[in-house]
Amino acid sequence: MHPVLRFAIGRLGVALMILVAVSLLIFIGCEVLPGDVAQVSLGQFATPESIRALHQQFGLDRPAGLRYLDWLLGILRGDWGMSITTRVPVSRLLAERLSNTARLAGITTLVAVPLALMLGLLMALRAGGRFDRVASIVVLALSATPEFLIGTLAVLIFSVKLRWLPAVAHVSNGAGLLQFARALLLPIGTLAIVVTAQIARMTRATIVNQLDSPFIEMATLKGVARRRIVLVHALVNVVGPVANVVALNIAYLVSGVVVVETIFAFPGVARLMVDAVQARDLPVVQACAMVFCFAYVLLILAADLLSVVFNPRLRRVARVRGAGA
Amino acid sequence: MNDTPVLAVEALVVAPQAGGAPVVDGISLTLAKGEVLALIGESGSGKTTLALSALGRVRPGLAVRGGRVRLGATDVLCAGETVLRDLRGRRATYVAQSAAAAFNPSLRLDFQVTEPSRVHRLRPLAEALAMAHSLYRRLDLPDSRRIGKRFPHEVSGGQLQRFMVAMGLIEGPELVVCDEPTSALDVTTQVEVLKAFKAVIRDGNTAALFVSHDLAVVAQIADRIAVLSRGRVVEQGTTGEILSSPQQPYTQELVAACRRWDRSRRPRPARAGSGPARLEVAGIIAGYGPRNRVTGRPSVLAVNGVTLSVAAREVVAVIGESGSGKSTLAQVIAGLRPPTAGEIRLAGRRLAPDVARRSLEERRRVQMVFQMADTALNPRHTIGRILGRALDFFGRERRSAELLEMVRLPASYARRRPGELSGGEKQRVNLARALAAEPEVLICDEIISALDTVVAAAIVRLVEDLRDRLGLAIVFISHDLATVATLADQLVVMRRGEVVERGSVDQILANPGHPYTRLLLASVPELRIGWLEDAAERAKVATAEPVELPA
Repeated sequence: MHPVLRFAIGRLGVALMILVAVSLLIFIGCEVLPGDVAQVSLGQFATPESIRALHQQFGLDRPAGLRYLDWLLGILRGDWGMSITTRVPVSRLLAERLSNTARLAGITTLVAVPLALMLGLLMALRAGGRFDRVASIVVLALSATPEFLIGTLAVLIFSVKLRWLPAVAHVSNGAGLLQFARALLLPIGTLAIVVTAQIARMTRATIVNQLDSPFIEMATLKGVARRRIVLVHALVNVVGPVANVVALNIAYLVSGVVVVETIFAFPGVARLMVDAVQARDLPVVQACAMVFCFAYVLLILAADLLSVVFNPRLRRVARVRGAGA
Repeated sequence: MNDTPVLAVEALVVAPQAGGAPVVDGISLTLAKGEVLALIGESGSGKTTLALSALGRVRPGLAVRGGRVRLGATDVLCAGETVLRDLRGRRATYVAQSAAAAFNPSLRLDFQVTEPSRVHRLRPLAEALAMAHSLYRRLDLPDSRRIGKRFPHEVSGGQLQRFMVAMGLIEGPELVVCDEPTSALDVTTQVEVLKAFKAVIRDGNTAALFVSHDLAVVAQIADRIAVLSRGRVVEQGTTGEILSSPQQPYTQELVAACRRWDRSRRPRPARAGSGPARLEVAGIIAGYGPRNRVTGRPSVLAVNGVTLSVAAREVVAVIGESGSGKSTLAQVIAGLRPPTAGEIRLAGRRLAPDVARRSLEERRRVQMVFQMADTALNPRHTIGRILGRALDFFGRERRSAELLEMVRLPASYARRRPGELSGGEKQRVNLARALAAEPEVLICDEIISALDTVVAAAIVRLVEDLRDRLGLAIVFISHDLATVATLADQLVVMRRGEVVERGSVDQILANPGHPYTRLLLASVPELRIGWLEDAAERAKVATAEPVELPA
């Protein structure tokens, strides 16, 4: 078997174990969460009887261990349980929100990652020059600005003052492409700015760091042009670190955009989770948390595989580990 | 021969941009076609700066203040980026000191070696590859057709250095600039690389600028030698002239420092090994990695059954190439790496394997001097504070001024910081720090390997002096047989973790018993022309016996 494939399978196994461990942590976390769903959903005047009845209906009176196993096996079957407050299957809630989030994150990634890599490369090519200095300041300022500020300012300018774009990114089913694009332009723009700044900064820094190495001086003394030095000699050595930064940023787009979703009233998974936490709707909270962890583990795994493919030393480690296993 | 020189340097001055003393201070040189000129001098003499200027390269932080450098008809210091790019890798090439750092770790060797042909669009890739493979063959690289498909970390240090030479010579340049191309290699490997390099540049009638600090190496390869000191050429002449009749004091010192095992120079009292053993090491087995559950041995065995003993006023040298386990042995004696088996005795009493379980008194009596003074001395502390800490720790009455006097440094140095000292001075402070404990046993781990020849010779004299004055028992670990020969009483030759030969220095030098010792002896360059050619013959004779040696 190819060593990289072998390494990938090994890492996949580890990823699965991590997911199981995380599921346990999530379950325990939800168990110790203060507040009771029945109490919250039935309101102040609930009688102990009605609370008990609700507990029975959702099986909350069974021992925690059993409920955990039920939940885990349910996930494997694609059954995430019932939402306690809305009384619909969690999977239905999740599917709808997940497709929204996936669209938002997907489009932002498609816009931001190539833009960021190009910007980072351009800055590195002209490191120390005027373009690099100006871009560095802008990028640093943007990555230090919280996204709620960028988002709020964007709404203020484009929706309130200029009235070009809707302030609320609400997408109704069956909306046309143009309407969809108009609705998502502001949240995507806001997220793209944050993500681009982060990735561009890291890309520039890792490449410039490489440019001080003796093998870069050697390449210069072989008559290799600067552009080729950056694009060939430096780039192959930064794929690993850059892939990791990109993966972390995409994971952030999937899970950490509560603030942006709130500002634009966008119906994504992060909002779903926040609402569920407030309502103590634990099946939904658990499902959201699992989805986020799954995205993280998968993306980091992809980044690690990419580093191994591009780094001959790690490739050898992969081979040795593969042989030992 | 053509009249225009390949390289002409005229009154070149290069100084730090921030101001200060010039690094290259008005040097003029010429190099004819096919000629090999060696630049020799200690670190900081400006030889690398001068060598790089031949390629129009001035490192960041430096600036040309005057003079010209012409490669053929091109003034490389005034040339633009495009002109320089066109000439580098084609007309003039560079062979760097550390091949491990100068090769891109993520690109295959074939790709990097043929890159000059590629970027200059000189020939199709297939043809460039064929040329590279034929160069590999001429440089004695094994499996020349396939070895280039490997990555840099997949070949040995000596092989990598040959790839670097191949990369420098692939386009048949007029000039190849070599910056200490063999200094990082073991002696036996150095001989091979030098031989291969010499043959290939002879064949191509290539001019070479060969930078080195090792006069004996330079003597094998250069037609002419320029001796550099503090940015100036102090003496220049043919190799024969410089070796046989050096004119300037500095050159004379350099030549003197290169004389090998001249033991007649200083007759020593016959006392070596006469007293009782101060330090005894028996049956040491040590290594790295997880231990085998059955045998209890580590997976990588660095030291395998080593035994030695040192008396007071005696120097036992442990000699071996990289990977022979000599530094691991030093760590074991110092208690930094507890061995799997074996015992260490200090004046007859058994020492705990782990330094943490030795008493303060025991620790005081065994001191270690590390190879890199730079990393062993805290750069933020003054020398006085560094020595003071050691004195306080062991509760000694002595003052740091006394310690500085012992290592022949002025007492005023106590107020300086390590950064303000030269390499040799730092190593003296490093020694003084160990002496603060008033030890009985001193372990010196490669303490001269980072130093220039002349400075190293002075440190060796200091160690000798300390041994006599303080009656120290010294374990001197080194890969440099030539230096050790003048200092040591006993010699222990290590190879792959095992002792292959031991005995008095005189006996081993006069009559080496083991083929590997013979090969080591034969590989130390001698300060005479034509040694390299003889060495190849001798190595063959030395290894003619059925002993397995590395390829």
